[in-house]
Amino acid sequence: MTRETTVLASLNAGLSAALAADDRVIVLGEDVLDPYGGAFKVTRGLSTRFPDRVLATPISEAGIVAVATGAALRGLRPVVEIMFGDFLFLAGDQIVNHAAKYRAMFNDQVRVPLVIRTPAGGRRGYGPTHSQSLEKHFLGVPGLWVVAPHALADPGALLRQAIDLDDPVLFVENKIDYGAQLATEPADYAAVRLADAASPFPTLWLAPRGPADGLLLCYGGMTGATLTAAATLRATERLDLGLVIVSQLAPTPATHLEAILAKGAPTAVVTVEEAPSEGGWGAEMIATIERIRDSRRLGAIAYRRVGAKSAPIPSARALEDAVLPQVDDIVAAVLDCF
Amino acid sequence: MTPPATAHARLAVTDRTSRLADHYRVAATIRRFEQMLLDQFARGHVAGTTHTCIGQEVAAVAVTAALDRTRDCVFSNHRGHGHFLAYCGEVFPLLAEILGRPDGVCGGRGGSQHLHLRNFYSNGIQGGTVGNAVGVALAEKTKRSGTVTCAWLGDGTFGEGLVYEAMNTAALWRLPVVFVIEANGIAQTTPTATQLAGSLAARCAVFDIPVAETSGADFAELLAAASRAVDAARAEARPHALVSHAVRLGPHSKGDDTRPAALLEAAWAGDPVARLRGQVGDAADRIDREVADLMALVLAAALAGIGSP
Repeated sequence: MTRETTVLASLNAGLSAALAADDRVIVLGEDVLDPYGGAFKVTRGLSTRFPDRVLATPISEAGIVAVATGAALRGLRPVVEIMFGDFLFLAGDQIVNHAAKYRAMFNDQVRVPLVIRTPAGGRRGYGPTHSQSLEKHFLGVPGLWVVAPHALADPGALLRQAIDLDDPVLFVENKIDYGAQLATEPADYAAVRLADAASPFPTLWLAPRGPADGLLLCYGGMTGATLTAAATLRATERLDLGLVIVSQLAPTPATHLEAILAKGAPTAVVTVEEAPSEGGWGAEMIATIERIRDSRRLGAIAYRRVGAKSAPIPSARALEDAVLPQVDDIVAAVLDCF
Repeated sequence: MTPPATAHARLAVTDRTSRLADHYRVAATIRRFEQMLLDQFARGHVAGTTHTCIGQEVAAVAVTAALDRTRDCVFSNHRGHGHFLAYCGEVFPLLAEILGRPDGVCGGRGGSQHLHLRNFYSNGIQGGTVGNAVGVALAEKTKRSGTVTCAWLGDGTFGEGLVYEAMNTAALWRLPVVFVIEANGIAQTTPTATQLAGSLAARCAVFDIPVAETSGADFAELLAAASRAVDAARAEARPHALVSHAVRLGPHSKGDDTRPAALLEAAWAGDPVARLRGQVGDAADRIDREVADLMALVLAAALAGIGSP
C-alpha cells in the first residue's frame, strides 16, 4: 500500500481497504456517492469501486443509524457517515437506546458491529451548529466506544480497527485535521504506544528524554496545538512535559494511564479538548488519574482543564477564535500549575 | 439454578396450514398469560412495568402464522408478549424473563420490553424499532435470503418521525418489510382521534406502500390479509403495510385505564379471542383446560424460589 500523506487520504484508504477485505462492510450516509464523495470527501471513489455497498441516504440521521443498527444485528458491518458531528443528537436515541444497548440487554446473544463516523470541530467559520465537538455527550454510554484519530498515528488503521470491533463505535474525526500531513513522533520524545485488551484503541505517550515536569493530555484535533504548546514551554520556560495523545475516549483507557503513572508521578496534569471542559473528557481523565494517584500514594498533582469557553461557537472568525481553545490557553494553564 | 422440569413446557405455534383450534390455543394462551401477569403484578411478584396485549392477541397469532419462521424476522415493540409467544411458544422463558430470573430468555436483563430469540427482537422505544426492522431487511436482502421482516408498531407510534424515515427508506430501497400497525385506538391514555391527523392508510400510501386494513376482529380475515401482505412483500421485494383495528381491552400498563366503562364494555362485546373461540366449537373447552394447566405449571415453576403465589 502506498504511504498516505494526509489524515483525509488515510481515512479514505482505510475505508476502501475495509470494503475490499470484507463483503459485510457497507457505507451509508448523505451525499457519499461520487462524484461528490461526501461533504469532506472521506468517501471519495468508494461508490465507484463498490457501487452495491456504498449507499446514499435521505437526510435522516436517526433513520440512517437505525437502519445500520438493524443491519449490524443481522451480520453486516455498517459504517455510517454523519455529515457534521453537530447532527449526532438527531441520531442520539438510536445510538444510546438501540445500538449501544442491544448486546447487553439481549444477554450477550447479539453483536452490533457498527461504526458511526463524523467530522467534528470548528476553526472554519461554520458557526454555532456546524462547528461543535459534541462527543463528550456520548462518553460513558455503556456499550458505546468513542474513538478519535490524530495525525501522529495512522487514522486509516484506527478506522479499520473500529470496523473490526464487534461493538458500536462513535468515530470522531476533526475537520481541520483532514488536511493535516501525517507526521511521525517528534524526535525529542520517547514514543510509547499503549494498547491492551481492556483499551484496544492506542494511546500515544510521548515522554521527554529526561524527567518530566508534567503531563499534557489531548485527543484528535487538539493534538497539534498541544504539541506546539509543549514546544513553546520547553523553549521559553524550560518545562519538559510529557504528552498523552488518547484515541480511545470512552471507555476511559484507565490501563494506559496506569502504565504511564507507573513510570513516574507528574506534579501537573493539563487536559486539552476543543469542547467546553465542563462535564467533559478531561474531567473523566483527571478523575481516573486522581484515583490512580491515590491508590499508589503518589504526591499531589496540580490539575487544569483547557477547553472552549461556554458559549455557542460564533461564525465570525475572530469571535470563534476567542471561544475555542488556543495554544496560548494551554501554555497559560500549564504555567498556572507551577 | 436448575430450571424445573416444566421449564420447557412449550406452546405449539401455528402456521398457515394449522387448524383453527390450534390458532385458538395460541391466542388463548397469550390471553391467559397476560391476565396471569396482571394478577402477579397485583400480588407483588413482578417488579418494574409491563404492557399487556389483551384484545390484540388474534393479530399476533394471524400475522406470525403468515410468516415463514425458518427465515423471516420479527421486530416487536413495548407490547410484544403476544408477538413473542406466537413466534416461538416459549412460555416459561418469557415469564422467567419478566420475573427477572437468570433462565429468562435474556437472562433477566431485558425484561418485558426487550426480548430476543432466534430472529425475534424487541425494544421499548417508540419508533426506533421500526428503523431497526428496515435495517434487518437491508441485511437480509444483501444476503439474498428471501426473508421478509415484520415490524410491529402502533397507531401511537406514528407520532415519531423515525417511522417516516424508516418507511421512506424501505420504499426507496425496495426492502421486503411488512409494517403491521396495531391501531388499538389509544396511545397510553390518549385517544387516537386526539393525537393523529389524517389517516394511517394515507400515511403509508404517501410512500407508495400498499396498505390493507382489517377490523382486527376476525382471525381468518387477518390471516388472509397478513398472508397476502407477506407474500407480496417477498415476491415484489418492497414494503407492505397491514392495519389491525383491534381495540386494546386491558390497561396500557397496570391499572391505568382511564376510558369510560361503557366504552370498554362495548369493546369487550367484540372481543376477537371470544369470537375465535366461538368458531372452534366443541374443542374450545378442552383447549381452555389445556391452556389453564400449562399456565399453572409454568407459573409454579417460575415462582419457585421467589415466593409463593
